[in-house]
Amino acid sequence: MDQRSRDRIHWHCRRGLLELDLVLERFVARHLDTLTAGQTEVFKELLAYEDNDLLDMVMGRAEPVNESLTAVLEMMRTV
Amino acid sequence: MGIARRQFDAVVVGAGGSGLRAALQLAESNLKVAVLSKVFPTRSHTVAAQGGVSASLGNEEPDNWHWHMYDTVKGSDYLGDQDAIEFMCRKACDAVVELEHYGMPFDRLDNGKIYQRPFGGHTSNYGERAIKRACAAADRTGHAMLHTLYQRNVRAHTQFFVEWMALDLIRNQQGDVLGVVALEMETGEVMILQSKATLLATGGAGRIYSASTNAFINTGDGLGMAARAGIPLEDMEFWQFHPTGVAGAGVLITEGVRGEGGFLLNKNGERFMERYAPTVKDLASRDVVARAMATEIKEGRGAGKDGEYILLKLDHLGADVIDKRLPGIREIAKKFANVDPATDPIPVVPTCHYQMGGVPTNVQGQAVMPDGKGGEKIVKGLYAAGECACVSVHGANRLGTNSLLDLLVFGKSAGQQVVKDIAAEVVSMPDLPADAADKTMARLTRLDTATTGERVSDVGGEMRRTMQAHCGVFRFPDSMAEGVKKMLAVAERAKSTFIQDKSKVFNTARVEALELDNLIEVALSTMISANARQESRGAHDRSDFPNRDDKNWMKHSLWFKDGNRLEYKAVQLKPLTVESFEPKARVY
Repeated sequence: MDQRSRDRIHWHCRRGLLELDLVLERFVARHLDTLTAGQTEVFKELLAYEDNDLLDMVMGRAEPVNESLTAVLEMMRTV
Repeated sequence: MGIARRQFDAVVVGAGGSGLRAALQLAESNLKVAVLSKVFPTRSHTVAAQGGVSASLGNEEPDNWHWHMYDTVKGSDYLGDQDAIEFMCRKACDAVVELEHYGMPFDRLDNGKIYQRPFGGHTSNYGERAIKRACAAADRTGHAMLHTLYQRNVRAHTQFFVEWMALDLIRNQQGDVLGVVALEMETGEVMILQSKATLLATGGAGRIYSASTNAFINTGDGLGMAARAGIPLEDMEFWQFHPTGVAGAGVLITEGVRGEGGFLLNKNGERFMERYAPTVKDLASRDVVARAMATEIKEGRGAGKDGEYILLKLDHLGADVIDKRLPGIREIAKKFANVDPATDPIPVVPTCHYQMGGVPTNVQGQAVMPDGKGGEKIVKGLYAAGECACVSVHGANRLGTNSLLDLLVFGKSAGQQVVKDIAAEVVSMPDLPADAADKTMARLTRLDTATTGERVSDVGGEMRRTMQAHCGVFRFPDSMAEGVKKMLAVAERAKSTFIQDKSKVFNTARVEALELDNLIEVALSTMISANARQESRGAHDRSDFPNRDDKNWMKHSLWFKDGNRLEYKAVQLKPLTVESFEPKARVY
């Protein structure tokens, strides 16, 4: 992944909720470099969710409607 | 001048609650409006507001705006301007009903009216007993509000500039504000957005502290812009803190934990609240608990490697009770503190939450500043609303649920005033001075060409640590004096920041360096205003001046970037139509 794509993702991790800022910062630091192309797309899809909906999924209070998101979401839950 | 230029009737900087409410007023008046936001509007920090928005609807029990006004004046510890507080409390019901008509999904009573719940500091009959005044949409009030306002703006054809960062205000020789210089992150290009009216709605700047509940975007961009343009910042020493945020993270641990029997320990395992509040102990009010925690840390009894935090113990409650009575706490503690509170204590510190100060405005949202002759003048073309403004309704301490009310009422009134000023040609499209963007371009050029210098993260870290240690929830004289010296040194270092990545296209390192410039202005204004104010009032709590001093200090601070100069202005004790609430001791 080039620096520009990284920066774009990095910026889309800036959220309205501190909890998400912290989880996403950790996730990017630990996993972004080793995500497959498919996982990166799923991650971007997750980032498109509204803050509170995404936080509910990250905290395990809600499950994604789309099962294809589960694997990457699980990485976010345990980061 | 080779910089691209576009013209608008109004430019709104920030797309949280106040920016969206103001923009709606403008767009519905068919003005050409540009709203700039660093992030997508519905990801603004307003989404974090859970509690509600207060209005004396009286749906649950009798209520009136005058009681709400009393609570707000008292809550402000008599630093709030009573004209502005009357204005806000009188308009609260209309603001809430209007929002409901926009489609805001407020919780309802069986009879169909808006449900209301009690909230700290809100009372019936001038302090007699708690009252149900907060209107909410479950625990997502801010989220619902932001979505409602955003969708309404889309309907009104508001033009959004998403992932744009405003960098500086443009002022001419007369001091009128003519628009902003802004950065489009996608291209890295700088553009002048020329406008008849510029409205700052950039929210708070809680990221000046290492312990903060604020999202990373809360970097006080509007405050930095105002300060660099020679406009003072008002009452910046007043920041609301929450006693128990997770150390090193900022995520709040609800006060319910102590309500259910959790208590605080220092590094020696001592339940120290017994010394500070022998009767109620850990259930003492927020400020008492936060002050005790800060004292323990200051006197070397904090836990952790550097003695930097306090321990919140609740394992004695047992896993079952914790799960049942405090749902979600274990998940939060595990995720953000890396401990399971069913077996280990949670490291906590007093954590910065809300900024009471900001750009000085009147109730119409017009920015105001001293005229140099003992009076006050309007800064033509500049308006501000919400957390970045200081009107001042919160004074020295904000009442819960008044922040959402503030952004609705003053977002709208600022928008209305812009419409009026444009119609009356009080403000018009001015000629730009030849050097309109020079200072901004010089700042960018330095950053883009510097080959060595200070790392942004290093300087930011030093600023946050300095503010936390020297200007936190409880303030000690020797420590504050040292804090001023340190912050001046940090501000010097910030002048020579350096970024490795020189690309223009979507360069977040560049954005973060520019955000730091804004944070530094906020931190300096806070440190210097706090050091000068020799009293304790509301959220400004000094060990050497433990009492409120109405004789000498019932006045607003105004900090000017130029020379770190301070001026003061009187608190407006006279409301618009009713009698003044005379200062009394603030006891609950």
